Amino acid sequence: MNGCIAYWGILRKDMRSYYLKPPNISWGLIFPLAWTLMFFIRSETAVDIRSLLPGVMALSILFGTTSMLAVTVTFEKRGRSFERLLLAPISLELLMWAKTSGAVFFGAVNAFVPVVMAAFLADLSGVIWWQLIVAVTLVAISSTFLGLLIAVCVKEVFEAQTFSNFFRFPMVFLCGLFFPIDQLPGPLQPLAYLLPLTYGADLLHEAVQSTGRLPVAVNLAALVGFCLLLFLVSLHRIRQKWIR
Amino acid sequence: MLRQNDGNEMSDTRVAAIAAHQLTKCFHAVRAVDGVSFEVRDGEVFGFLGPNGAGKTTTINMLTGLARPTSGSLRILGHDVTRNIKKAQHWMGIVPDESNLYPELDGWENLCFCASLYGIRRREREARARELLEQFGLASVARRRFAAYSKGMKRKLTIAAGIIHRPRILFLDEPTTGIDVASAREIRQRLAGLNQSGTTIFLTTHYIEEAERLCHRIAFLVDGRLVRVDTLANLVQAVQDKHTVELSASGGLRRMRDPLRNAFPAGDFEELSETRMRVHTDRPLPLAPLIRLLEEHEIQVTEARLIRPSLEDVFLEITGLELARMKNDDNRPETKSM
Ligand SMILES: Nc1ncnc2c1ncn2[C@@H]1O[C@H](COP(=O)(O)OP(=O)(O)OP(=O)(O)O)[C@@H](O)[C@H]1O
Ligand SMILES: [Mg+2]
Repeated sequence: MNGCIAYWGILRKDMRSYYLKPPNISWGLIFPLAWTLMFFIRSETAVDIRSLLPGVMALSILFGTTSMLAVTVTFEKRGRSFERLLLAPISLELLMWAKTSGAVFFGAVNAFVPVVMAAFLADLSGVIWWQLIVAVTLVAISSTFLGLLIAVCVKEVFEAQTFSNFFRFPMVFLCGLFFPIDQLPGPLQPLAYLLPLTYGADLLHEAVQSTGRLPVAVNLAALVGFCLLLFLVSLHRIRQKWIR
Repeated sequence: MLRQNDGNEMSDTRVAAIAAHQLTKCFHAVRAVDGVSFEVRDGEVFGFLGPNGAGKTTTINMLTGLARPTSGSLRILGHDVTRNIKKAQHWMGIVPDESNLYPELDGWENLCFCASLYGIRRREREARARELLEQFGLASVARRRFAAYSKGMKRKLTIAAGIIHRPRILFLDEPTTGIDVASAREIRQRLAGLNQSGTTIFLTTHYIEEAERLCHRIAFLVDGRLVRVDTLANLVQAVQDKHTVELSASGGLRRMRDPLRNAFPAGDFEELSETRMRVHTDRPLPLAPLIRLLEEHEIQVTEARLIRPSLEDVFLEITGLELARMKNDDNRPETKSM
């Protein structure tokens, strides 16, 4: 119960301080809208729109989550207010889940901006919704945790933002968002399978138009594995470096 | 080397609020805290004094869970928390040396947020926040952003945030540093009040007067090592055995140094200026012969004043002796470190 109150307290504070601030909302909406328009305007038929949807959704999540942790974690660490959280009588696991779940939620909401737009322009019947929701959630969690790992490995906010771009832009091309992985140059292909977004994008493709390449179970297992790994490594890092 | 006195006026049947045993913290080559052992009794105000860099903040960090001891053990209210301090954090309130609340939240929101971290329900945390803002005289700035607070307001709100969950042990790292006299006094009164209502207080400060007013017992930390833990009365008693008299005279005191030393070999004469001099002795000194001698040399004594030893003297004596001793140790070739 105490943990619950603390969890909601942290989440609510982050929502109000960071996520629901006008610049963030407009950015969160405009960014997916811009991606969506850019891609959709060029595609003439409804089929095209559907085939682009998974990639656009993944982009929205990726850009809506990874750099948020630079603010909610790195920035608060610099200002020393993070020490309050470390001194609170809640486990580090719960604390970090509270600090990240705002970004997960924000990323997931961003993902549905292009879905809503696509619903007006194309026929979305046949989309496997439960799979889509599971995929969005897992992609949001894994991207957030990647952002978390970056945020706890750097000292300055700008470093966190720079590093998250360092990961984000290659991922856009490597993870099969807009063209299949087997069209990548040979040496790059194994690299793709080291990135969580590859499995997330595959799940999204499967949910939207049944064009996944890997079995759903493999994708789910890989994503859950990446989430756990990223989260645990981040916690380990906090225990080592921040509780000195 | 460590003298520890229990000051037996308090009953020892109660479990210690804090029991630290051989706590040590190393940062690479630096031994910031070096085998420190002490007990803080339930209900007392325990002062932790020492020069800059002595390891006070590092000790607080170990006691509260922000730093892991390199070695040693720690019990809080009878529970061994050496490995896992999480369970004890609920009983602790912490006021860090820097006011570290959220700059973008206002005073009210900051307090409510801090209360939620300790699992306090909404209705209670709002009532508590209102009560504390009132108590600390911050009600009129409750809706102002923390970033726009003055330093004194920030300090008060940080202390309020530290006690919002009614902790049993309150840690304060230099609570009144950089605060004006009136606010500092107000803060001290609040702390004394809290202690009266049962809160154990662990306090670091550079203000001797503050320690003198608030603390029941005081520990002196020098270069990571505890050199003395004692009650205030005992500490001052130790220097009280030294008697110091300050004389003011019409002038010419400097040339009296040798005649005085010859006439009063038990005294230690310290000329502060031509018109002021201090006499230190181990026993009370009869003043009449001394004044007579000065008058014989045509020096009029205008005032003789007993200088009361203060905790400051104790502090300077203890830390000074300790630092000098360490310097000597360092200079001895066999103990020289690389
Ligand atoms: N994170 C750290 N890394 C390396 N050294 C540290 C670290 N924190 C503290 N120290 C060192 O440990 C020693 C004790 O520092 P600490 O901050 O505990 O002193 P303090 O008694 O609180 O001093 P002050 O009165 O100035 O606040 C200092 O030599 C300091 O440089
Ligand atoms: Mg300090």
